Amino acid sequence: MDPILFLLFAAIAVVCGITVVVQTHPITSALALIGVMGSLAVLYLLLGAQFIAAAQVIVYAGAIMVLFIFVIMLLNAGRERKTRGSFLARLIGPPLLVLLLGVVTFVILAVVPRDAVVKFGSYTGGTVENLGRAIFTTYLWPFEITSVLVLIAIVGAVALAYKELD
Amino acid sequence: MNFYLLAVIKAAVVVGVLMITLLYLQWVERKVIAHIQVRLGPYNVGAHGLLQPIADTLKLLTKEDLLPPGVNRFYFILAPFLAITLSLVSISVIPFGPEIHIGPVNTWLQLTDLNIGVIFVLAISSLTVYGIVLAGWSSNSKYPLLGALRSSAQMISYELPLGMAVAATLLLSNSLSLRKIVETQSAWYGGFFPAWNLFRMPFPQVFGFVIFVIAVFAETNRVPFDLPEAESELVAGFHTEYSSMKFAGFFMAEYANMVTVTCMATALYLGGWLPLWPASMGSNYAPAAAFALAGGICIYSGLQARKRDRLSLSVFGALFLLVAALFLIPVVQALLVPLFWFLAKTGLLLLLFIWVRGTLPRFRYDQLMRFGWSFMFPVAVANLLITGLLVALVG
Repeated sequence: MDPILFLLFAAIAVVCGITVVVQTHPITSALALIGVMGSLAVLYLLLGAQFIAAAQVIVYAGAIMVLFIFVIMLLNAGRERKTRGSFLARLIGPPLLVLLLGVVTFVILAVVPRDAVVKFGSYTGGTVENLGRAIFTTYLWPFEITSVLVLIAIVGAVALAYKELD
Repeated sequence: MNFYLLAVIKAAVVVGVLMITLLYLQWVERKVIAHIQVRLGPYNVGAHGLLQPIADTLKLLTKEDLLPPGVNRFYFILAPFLAITLSLVSISVIPFGPEIHIGPVNTWLQLTDLNIGVIFVLAISSLTVYGIVLAGWSSNSKYPLLGALRSSAQMISYELPLGMAVAATLLLSNSLSLRKIVETQSAWYGGFFPAWNLFRMPFPQVFGFVIFVIAVFAETNRVPFDLPEAESELVAGFHTEYSSMKFAGFFMAEYANMVTVTCMATALYLGGWLPLWPASMGSNYAPAAAFALAGGICIYSGLQARKRDRLSLSVFGALFLLVAALFLIPVVQALLVPLFWFLAKTGLLLLLFIWVRGTLPRFRYDQLMRFGWSFMFPVAVANLLITGLLVALVG
């Protein structure tokens, strides 16, 4: 069952990912991106990381993408016009793409050891309890520093918005 | 029994009951609002208008399904489907009762128990905004767009206090699984006072409950926060351009959301299927007494009513008395009493939703935003901090 679900949602993620780039309508692209995030959440679930899966949906699909769509709707962005690209780009684009994918594949094969294959259901440490314990003991400092970083970003956003209001 | 067969049966029962609830919730709402406004409400289709929801459904089904010119076809059709699907999914993790035994079969009165149940419901509810936003945008018309923008801003603003209020109950219950949350509330203070999260030491979640209820009013776009469909300003808001079954879809989604959030409130704050007082003090006979009382009232008022109500009220009174007798059979009692308590609490909360709609006027948009951010949010944060502090100090 697990491999079938994995293949299904991996395929959905890839198709949605391609749709984000290929589609000319901004809303369609944004919705395809939500599709990518949703299927990624399912993949996290399959790997046993329940909290990350739920957080993925809440934070990315539920909050960030709502803002994206909000902005697209407010700007009333219509269908984009497609340029066919320059001759040079069409000439060297495909070979460069193949080269890039080849390099990425080579690096992955070289770095990741062969026997480190992921087995579905073998990892059980993804519960909220385990995650909370890890965040507040082992990774306490990175976690706290990140929260300060977020606070700085919030203060910065408020300061910028306030300036505009004057 | 086969796991899959059992799951299919349970899903079918839950969906069936939910659909009938959605149909008749609308009838209850119209009746209650009518009586608040000293009217009679639906009266002519069936006794006391009891067949009115079915007539309305038939009417909506047979209406012409308009597709206005200039709409974005795909998203216009997708939006109501999205709204319905997302509003129905959350019901799958709601625990309606404890484990029951029917012959050789042991099963929980719950479709599935996720160990991230609460976060699952929050995640799904954070997605419900897409149905409304897409409907408003794809209609290619100004009122739906304004309604959709209002709605998304409102839902994002009120999701924060909602999440904070829920988090405080999680501190008390120490679990994210809704089934375990209900089970941790099963103790009694002094042998008779329920240890529901609403009354739970060290910090009773009374403020949390009030914040939760106000926030879900806003999340489900109900009066006094129904700005996305404020008819005096926006015609009908985000579903102005919809007709026939697609309109019915949004209507159904709103009611399904109401049912889900009241079930959540029952499980999180009001002890789910647990009785109001312990079984040793006879709480198992409360359902029978309640139904007998209802039956008695029906028959009494039936005797004094007009000719046309005389028969119907007496029939309903007899039915209620029959149900009361059913609750006295020990085997049935074990199965149905937890369900009775769960449905009674959920029903009372739904009645509160309807009552508020008949009582309060609508907020202005700036009032809504100011109330959400500068009152609800700080109170929710303070509630969470105090709860956390007391839980860390006491237990």
